[in-house]
Amino acid sequence: MNTTHPPYRILIAKPGLDGHDRGAKFIARALRDDGFEVVYTGIRRTPEEIAAAAIQEDVAAIGLSSLSGAHMRLFPAVIEALKQAGCDDIPVLGGGVIPDDDIVGLKKAGIVQVFTPGTPLQDILDAFRNACRNNNPKGY
Amino acid sequence: MDFHQQLLQGIHNRQPRDIARAISIVENNLPGAGAILSSLDSDRVNQATILGVTGSPGVGKSTLTGALISFYRSQGKRVGIIAVDPSSPLTGGALLGDRIRMMGHALDRDVVVRSMATRGRLGGLCASAGAAVRILAASGCSPVIIETVGVGQSEMDIVRLADLTMMVMAPGMGDEIQAMKAGLLEVADILVVNKIDYPGAETLTMELESAVRENGRQNKRICQTRAIDNRGIEELAGAVDELDMQFRQNGERDRRKQVSLERETIEWCIDFLRPFLTDKLRKEQKNVSSDPRSVAQSLIKNLL
Repeated sequence: MNTTHPPYRILIAKPGLDGHDRGAKFIARALRDDGFEVVYTGIRRTPEEIAAAAIQEDVAAIGLSSLSGAHMRLFPAVIEALKQAGCDDIPVLGGGVIPDDDIVGLKKAGIVQVFTPGTPLQDILDAFRNACRNNNPKGY
Repeated sequence: MDFHQQLLQGIHNRQPRDIARAISIVENNLPGAGAILSSLDSDRVNQATILGVTGSPGVGKSTLTGALISFYRSQGKRVGIIAVDPSSPLTGGALLGDRIRMMGHALDRDVVVRSMATRGRLGGLCASAGAAVRILAASGCSPVIIETVGVGQSEMDIVRLADLTMMVMAPGMGDEIQAMKAGLLEVADILVVNKIDYPGAETLTMELESAVRENGRQNKRICQTRAIDNRGIEELAGAVDELDMQFRQNGERDRRKQVSLERETIEWCIDFLRPFLTDKLRKEQKNVSSDPRSVAQSLIKNLL
């Protein structure tokens, strides 16, 4: 149940044409079971749609999933879309089939954390919680 | 200008982030919630039409809401949506998935969608959903649609926030019996039979018609839709308009508003009192006796 602060709100989204959302749904469920309120946008969203949804829902963090190999273009594009809307303070985390070499580039582009198939679930949950906490000292 | 005034101005000027922030502040009962709510544009709030959309999981509420959004947008109206989904009673977490069916409008700045979790509160949801509806209305949204699964009591209370309510049903889900036994017919103004291309849709429609007739509730409308390809949506919106006009003229809208404001006020009272009462109870009695009813009575007696 609720502890001291209200549940953190997270947006889980899949940018681009990739329709494989098993990972995104798995993370959404895991976050739900860890006490987060998870807004799921479904598959095949544009970076602009994801940014607009995140702003309307006033989420504390965004989680992106991509299994198609387009993460180097799409993940930074979400950050760019947030920037355009003046909301790039919302932290963005990403996961999927992502080669080690790409992780450096994604982090440089502003992705807070990058998860790959080997990442332990608890690490992912902790990363989301930390991102929310750092972004929202007031608790929303 | 302080933060809350800035938010209020943002709400008035339809700024997506200010609207969203204000709803969070109210939902989480953060400092400033009162200041925001008491200074909303009351003309807009009072004039907006509030629609309730309810029904069992899977009947097509979100799809129907999406279709209604498209229709109202084609008329140039700015639409607000509060989509309520349940929180887990065990973890407090929630998966809010109604937005998936409305993503076609994601880039439209005049479609404001906010997902809300029930947060397992005893009451309270009605209060924060009501506040969110008002914030959307103050940002120029009319209609504001509240979408919720129509099963527990708290969901029914949310529906009562609406000026008028549609109950969505689909064939093959046993809803004809549900509608008759659960008293849902009493709450809904419009009964929507969705998925009319499915077998059993005509039977369901006829059974509803006869149930409505037997109840002597001539005022209720029954509409048939196939929300996924917008079939019947114009007729449904027409029925909404007609009833809305009628309720505004004959005083029904004002009567309902009074009832729901009264309910919301009491909920706020209980919300405000809860921490105080808990504190008092714990101070007075280390172990609460096994007769909570009389303990509660004496607690309140001391209070008054």
